[in-house]
Amino acid sequence: MKEPNCTSGTCCDVDRAEAKARWNSYLVGVGIGVLSWFAFGLVNQPLGISTALSSASSVCALPVMGSEGVANNAYWAKTPFKWDGGMLFLVGTFLGSLISVLVSRTFRLEKVPATWSQQFGGSTLKRLVAAFLGGVIIMFGARMAGGCTSGHGISGSLQLAFSSWTFFLTMFVFGIVTALVLFRKPASMTK
Amino acid sequence: MNFPVSAETARWLAIPMGIIFGVLLHRGGVANYNVIVNQFRFKDFTVLKIMFTAIIVGGVGVLLLKGAGHAQYHIKPANMLGVSLGAALFGVGMVLYGYCPGTGVAAMATGSIHATVGFAGMLVGGLLYALSFTWVEANIQKVATLGKIRLPDITGVPDWGWFVILTAIAGVVFWLVETRFKPATSAAVSTDSGS
Repeated sequence: MKEPNCTSGTCCDVDRAEAKARWNSYLVGVGIGVLSWFAFGLVNQPLGISTALSSASSVCALPVMGSEGVANNAYWAKTPFKWDGGMLFLVGTFLGSLISVLVSRTFRLEKVPATWSQQFGGSTLKRLVAAFLGGVIIMFGARMAGGCTSGHGISGSLQLAFSSWTFFLTMFVFGIVTALVLFRKPASMTK
Repeated sequence: MNFPVSAETARWLAIPMGIIFGVLLHRGGVANYNVIVNQFRFKDFTVLKIMFTAIIVGGVGVLLLKGAGHAQYHIKPANMLGVSLGAALFGVGMVLYGYCPGTGVAAMATGSIHATVGFAGMLVGGLLYALSFTWVEANIQKVATLGKIRLPDITGVPDWGWFVILTAIAGVVFWLVETRFKPATSAAVSTDSGS
């Protein structure tokens, strides 16, 4: 049985709109590079996401751990939640993507992406569990490594930091191995 | 060093800069699960093209800014065990989630429900790290610490030399990708609507 390319109903129109809305990858790369000039030269803070995101998780811990518990945590004491440049950049990233999506009319509710359903079937629960677990692992890893694709991968690599190039290469190798295992050929094409 | 804008101005400038970043991520196609996962399957090279170009363009510009005294470096310390273990987990998580932290946030805005569930996962991941922070700090982050070193420090090759090397590598990789690689286009934009 053949898996449909589209998993969410009338998405094919959105697919076409999305393909049309794409900008040239190299130009987008130049754009992010130039944005980095301003990040370093104007505001003196490299582009990054995961530091702000993990300090935001302290807000979620408040109901469980209480404000004292959060304040006493050694990590959150170092990076407490505040509306600093990093947090506002994170909000801006969401807003920017939202503006771009609305302008290009490519908004769609996606539960199970095509590449996933071709391998694992259309089960929403299965995909959401994997996404949640993936989110837990990626953030734990980002904090242990001291940055993510933005902070290490782009901002760190462009400064030729040894830690960041180690991150970049190691991350890619483990990603490739994970993709090989997850998307191996004879896997469950039953559903 | 005095920067052109005050800390308070810089804080507010973070919003328009974030908006530009979000627009670039979405228009670059990397707020899309298929594009990211297919990079790791060598079926789509969008991620590599964007990142490599950003590193070279950004790096040369920041190097010149720094030379002129208009920028300073922010090098993350090379705690080799922490960076390696963290990066390994990051790679596994990125393929499972299908986004990285930044593109996941951008993808939430596109209506990706699984990106939003994964975002909740990221908050939990941050929480778990905060809870294990003291232990990780004592037992992992203090192993094989090399400090805030840069590639020029350990190789003797100067900064500009590195950018020449990186540009040459990028040139070859991009040429191979553009000429030898038939863009199988990520599933979400595939045109062969299964007949």
